[in-house]
Amino acid sequence: MSKFLNEPRDAVVEGLRGFARCHADEVVLNERPRFVRRRNPNRNKVGVISGGGSGHEPLHAGYVGFGMLDAAVPGEVFSSPSPDQILAAAQAVAGSPGVLFIVKNYSGDVMNFEMAAEMFDGETRRVLVEDDVAVENSTYTVGRRGVAGTLVVEKIAGAAAEQGADLETCARLAEEAIARTRTMGVALGGCRVPTADRPNLEMAPGEMELGVGIHGEPGRRRVPLQKADAIVSELLDAVLQDLGTPGDEPVLLFVNGFGGTPLMELYLLYDAACRILDERKVKICRSLVGNYVTSLEMPGASVTLTRMSDPMLTLWDAPVRTPGLRWGG
Amino acid sequence: MGRMSPPDGDIAVFLHCLQAVCGELLANEAELSALDRAIGDGDHGANLCRAAHALLEAADDLSSLPLPKALERAGMLVVTSVGGASGPLYGTMLMALGRAWPQDATAGAVADVLEQAMEAVGRRGRSTVGEKTMLDVLVPAARAFRESVASGSLGAALQAMVDAADSGLAATRPMRATKGRAAYVGERSIGHLDPGAASARLCLRAVARVLCESGSKELRS
Repeated sequence: MSKFLNEPRDAVVEGLRGFARCHADEVVLNERPRFVRRRNPNRNKVGVISGGGSGHEPLHAGYVGFGMLDAAVPGEVFSSPSPDQILAAAQAVAGSPGVLFIVKNYSGDVMNFEMAAEMFDGETRRVLVEDDVAVENSTYTVGRRGVAGTLVVEKIAGAAAEQGADLETCARLAEEAIARTRTMGVALGGCRVPTADRPNLEMAPGEMELGVGIHGEPGRRRVPLQKADAIVSELLDAVLQDLGTPGDEPVLLFVNGFGGTPLMELYLLYDAACRILDERKVKICRSLVGNYVTSLEMPGASVTLTRMSDPMLTLWDAPVRTPGLRWGG
Repeated sequence: MGRMSPPDGDIAVFLHCLQAVCGELLANEAELSALDRAIGDGDHGANLCRAAHALLEAADDLSSLPLPKALERAGMLVVTSVGGASGPLYGTMLMALGRAWPQDATAGAVADVLEQAMEAVGRRGRSTVGEKTMLDVLVPAARAFRESVASGSLGAALQAMVDAADSGLAATRPMRATKGRAAYVGERSIGHLDPGAASARLCLRAVARVLCESGSKELRS
């Protein structure tokens, strides 16, 4: 897996510089400490901030802008940002309505955001995204991982904040989106961190890793590659089993690429998912297909379902203008 | 039982410990990353090397501070340079040491503070011994040091600490991880050493070696 690099350790900041130059009308990159914020922050609304390891682009910096995040805090590749970065981002965008931190449930992210919240002089709330059904939740584990469903939570909470909802309401809506969102992924190969000399997940041709995370970390089991319909069926089984039968409530169907799978194949998976959900009498009300929460160059994809209430539909449809997601007036 | 070192020698000893720890981390980057690749995401060595570089760069500044402040500052440097999970954990440990460092740094008083610092790490990570983490080395090592220092010499206590760190690391191999990223691979984590426990052991050994040498005592390898 050859890469476009100058110095491997500079990959994150050089990528961010290019991102900020390209979207200079919308975002600003602060290099020390490192965070990305809206060019024109609105301190009269709840500040919505997310962050985490880099390597998942466009998550999170790509979702900074009107209707979504106020700031994003990128760490090194697959490694949490530090509290001073998170604190500086909060100070740069937050006003009296307070800050909502949207955190993916990884121990590093949880601890660093926790330390930042302890240092921040202002009101904060934190929600933990844990949509991955591949890892069993139990009292013994740190709980589930936050994966592609993070985008849904950022969109819903960001829209609510943009409409002037207070901190409690934004946090409650984010929690509701989390409770209604489930994801499972599959990888057909690994990915290589720029500073590493080997891929994270080493797989033979013809194998797949079911339940893979977004860091190329192993999932539930390694099995021989199957037909796309069978793979999607297994992913949807796991998601639906955990989510519960939606009944009359329609779902958002989100097919997310991990960075190394062509759009043609993502749409092929989407087509399969539509047929399978139709057979199971699950109604699809909104769709999203593309590379939104990636794992560097990993070939693979995840399927996310969110049970959409009417208020959530309104927030999902609300205008959004970010480098990575854009619709509405 | 006397002081760990003469009062004006505290910061010099601290600086030696810091250099020894950083040297160990830099020399073992590949090994730590290899351990992490087996059950995590493979960046543990690189992450701690960022801390080592930051600490070595700041060594002059740190040595101008009183020891408690130097420990706290070193903790904050670890937190800001590492990120990830090990940053807040090792950073919390150093900051807790600095905040509670005894005015009269007898070995016994330091032992108590050391044990409290390990408890602070556990609270930050919401974790405890037996979950295949750095705590499996840190907690028994601090306990062994305290128990041994009460009845014996500083050299014997440091030896007990190092021995407990060694067996603590070995004990992580058959464990099933229930905290940290290795928890996500569940059963598959069994049979591998925990990378956080491995780096904790490296750090403790380096500190023990310096303290033994400064007390002119030999440490069994």
